[in-house]
Amino acid sequence: MSTASPTTGTQKRSFTTAAAVYVNERTSVAGFIKELGRKAFPDHWSFLLGEVALFSFVVILISGTFLTFFFQASMAEVHYDGSYVPLKGVEMSVAMASTLDISFDIRGGLFVRQMHHWAALLFVAAIGLHMLRIYFTGAFRKPREFNWVIGFTLFILAMAEGFTGYSLPDDLLSGNGLRIIDGLIKGIPLVGTWISFLLFGGEFPGTQIVGRLYSLHIMLLPALVIAFIALHLVFVVVHKHTQYAGPGKTQQNAVGPPVLPVYAAKAGGFFFIIFGVIALIASLFTINPIWNYGPYDPSPVSAGTQPDWYIGFADGALRLIPPGWEFVWLDRTWSFNILVPLIAIGIFIVLVLLYPFIEAWITGDKREHHIADRPRNAPTRTAIGAAGVTFYAGLWAAASSDILATHFSLTMEGVIHALQAVVILGPFVAFFIAKRVCIALQKKDREIVLHGFESGRIVRLPGGEFIEVHEQLDEYDRWRLVSFETYEPLMIRPNARGKITVGQRFRASLSRWFFEDRIAPVTKGEIESGHGGHH
Amino acid sequence: MAQDDHSGAELTAADSSHAAHESDASPGTALIVQDAFANPGFPPHRPRVTDEDPKREKRAQRTVYTLFYLSALGSLWAVAAYMLFPMESNNVGDVRLNNLFIGLGATLALLALGIGIVHWGKAVMVDVELVDERHEVGGSPETQAAAAKVFADADRESGFTRRAVIRNSLIGALVVFPLPAVVLFRGFAPQDELPVPLLSHTMWRKGTRLALDPSGVAIKASDVTIGSAFHVIPEGLAELEHGKLEEKAKAAVLLMRLDPSELNQLPERESWSYDGIVAYSKICTHVGCPVALYEQHTHHLLCPCHQSQFDVANHCEVIFGPAKRPLPQLPIAIDDEGYLIAQSDFTEPVGPSFWERH
Ligand code: HEM
Ligand code: FES
Repeated sequence: MSTASPTTGTQKRSFTTAAAVYVNERTSVAGFIKELGRKAFPDHWSFLLGEVALFSFVVILISGTFLTFFFQASMAEVHYDGSYVPLKGVEMSVAMASTLDISFDIRGGLFVRQMHHWAALLFVAAIGLHMLRIYFTGAFRKPREFNWVIGFTLFILAMAEGFTGYSLPDDLLSGNGLRIIDGLIKGIPLVGTWISFLLFGGEFPGTQIVGRLYSLHIMLLPALVIAFIALHLVFVVVHKHTQYAGPGKTQQNAVGPPVLPVYAAKAGGFFFIIFGVIALIASLFTINPIWNYGPYDPSPVSAGTQPDWYIGFADGALRLIPPGWEFVWLDRTWSFNILVPLIAIGIFIVLVLLYPFIEAWITGDKREHHIADRPRNAPTRTAIGAAGVTFYAGLWAAASSDILATHFSLTMEGVIHALQAVVILGPFVAFFIAKRVCIALQKKDREIVLHGFESGRIVRLPGGEFIEVHEQLDEYDRWRLVSFETYEPLMIRPNARGKITVGQRFRASLSRWFFEDRIAPVTKGEIESGHGGHH
Repeated sequence: MAQDDHSGAELTAADSSHAAHESDASPGTALIVQDAFANPGFPPHRPRVTDEDPKREKRAQRTVYTLFYLSALGSLWAVAAYMLFPMESNNVGDVRLNNLFIGLGATLALLALGIGIVHWGKAVMVDVELVDERHEVGGSPETQAAAAKVFADADRESGFTRRAVIRNSLIGALVVFPLPAVVLFRGFAPQDELPVPLLSHTMWRKGTRLALDPSGVAIKASDVTIGSAFHVIPEGLAELEHGKLEEKAKAAVLLMRLDPSELNQLPERESWSYDGIVAYSKICTHVGCPVALYEQHTHHLLCPCHQSQFDVANHCEVIFGPAKRPLPQLPIAIDDEGYLIAQSDFTEPVGPSFWERH
């Protein structure tokens, strides 16, 4: 940008330059552009998952704002008088009627409604996958622990957004979902009855809940999501993005195309692609056809109805509880059939939230980490992740236990018992398998580094036998396979006062569990001593 | 490009282990291998086809602007579709067409735009990679010291640490100050009501007729054949002006008639049924879904929400699933005209358990 001194010369400034100068002199934006415009942004397909989340959220904001102009969050009863003939004259809430109007009486309204719902499903899915990428590559390590916590909070906020949104149309399914929430809340000791009473403004379902959820859905929760995303992205800038190991890439640099123009073009284009994919799905596939379900009524039911996918794990957790887990004690009802799922999910959430701090405590590593791990090079972490995914998947599958049973002609009991086993034993099995697979892959990497890879070229030796030529890796490919670190199990040492604390002992046993099976990267010495193209 | 220095000369020295890092943070139990490979530095830059072949570059440019024109076409098509596919005919098919064609137009507009921009970035824009240096996130020791000094100065000037009484009373006031806001939440539900009494009663009274859901037509015992099941509400519920759903959420009942020989009744409840006709709350004792799937030959009721199963032949006790309590039974009889009536309200709260229930 040119300096601000008045130009006396004859050379004319273009309009854009003039405009840029004008704006900058009032905003000081030049400093930002200088600072950020040519930042290197590491590139990899798996880094796009966070962008999918971000962009589907933008689509949610755009489509949702349109919907607010038509939706009416009132539970007052009306007789439906819109274009959808089968429901004409049916008593329903204004909320439901206005949702039907958006679908049947406003051109393009159904399209926007479906985009909003599909984008929400994609949003939560993308955050989940993004989180898995962060986990399995160790991108949560110092200095990014807070961003992990912020991101996971976003995941929970996103589910809350989804649930409140799902409840707004006041159709049969949304009312049933709320009925379950009401029952869950009532099962909480001491405060449950009152929380439900206050939340619903009296008895379930009352005439308040849709309006209240609406305030959460379009104001409080989006404000929080936006604030957390902003914070999240500020931290991405502050930390600079992680990168995968590669020749030339180090812990001290960030390598990639510049933010302007190439990264901006790719990300900007990708936004429209995500938007377009959501538009395509919304034009082809119906989602949440409330006109088939009808208005909420506490009495009818339909078997085989499903909540949105991301609520499944909670619903599944409720289903897996064996009969009889409820007691009257001290003249009060203790609903362990509700408390146990709530507590189990709560513990799971806390463990996920704290994982970066737990791992950091075990390794004692205080350095910054900017090179993302290959999952195989952190076998125990990867195995823990596999166990967590299995636990979640088991709960999630349980939400479809009835569909599984009817679809595969199994008994309900059989399906539930099998899934109980998946949720309790599955994580151990998954842990074991994932760890073995990681170690096997690491061994294969060593093998390739030491002995080269099969080139596919067959030669005949003078003796007459045929062998396949093994080719050595070049130094760049080799670097990708050898540039990782391992940790040693922690030795228990007495502290300054000559004592071995319980904390120390615990940390040492965790450390042993983490690092006792480990495969070290190939070193220079190994190559030199064991060098050989064939064997 | 000056910044695009790919010689890697200055980088070959730095290895990927953290040893060369400017900080001396502890590596914990990480194994530092002395004999590790050195980072080979950046590989030589590989040009793209569009860099080497001007024809390919031209073609890429053509692709990009063609996509942008296509995108504009898609947008225009969506506008046209808005007008060409009206849906004011009360015909669901028209709604589908409107949705489909506006949607496809928008899809074309967005996808072509997005793919065009990405292609521009990948194939046409100059292919450079930059290398930024990373710095410790904590900043330089001078910055840290300066920040610490700011706090120390602020503390000294305010006396926050020194003037303990002021500080502690401030904290006290801050702790108390949200309390009024918490109290305001009592207004979320009517001031003059309490939850427990509401949960303990339903609309059923002595003599209330059992009526069909949703029509509200009263049911005669003679209409109930063996093996049949009826969805029932109290007579009068359908006509309620206010609170209809709240009442229904507690009062909904299932009425079934079994062969009396198959009915295994509790001794104290023998008078609660009429000639094999029994009435049970339809609200699941787990978390409150309507239990409405009746399997006639097994006499089992299934809750569709979490698959709790209740055995109607055995006073609706739970035979599977997360629910604990049997469905509450509504004591019934018939009046002089042969209509089924309730003998009283339910004798216990219906629906999900709650803390104060016993
Ligand atoms: C609204 C939801 C979210 C949005 C919009 C979002 C967006 C992003 C974006 C665009 C990036 C940069 C590119 C990338 O690495 O993908 C990023 C990085 C990051 N995200 Fe998220 N994210 C969300 C949720 C989450 C969740 C649920 C977690 C983990 C629990 C998480 C953890 C992280 C971390 C630790 C980074 C820095 C990683 C790195 O630099 O490699 N994010 N996020
Ligand atoms: S509500 Fe009936 S089983 Fe959960």
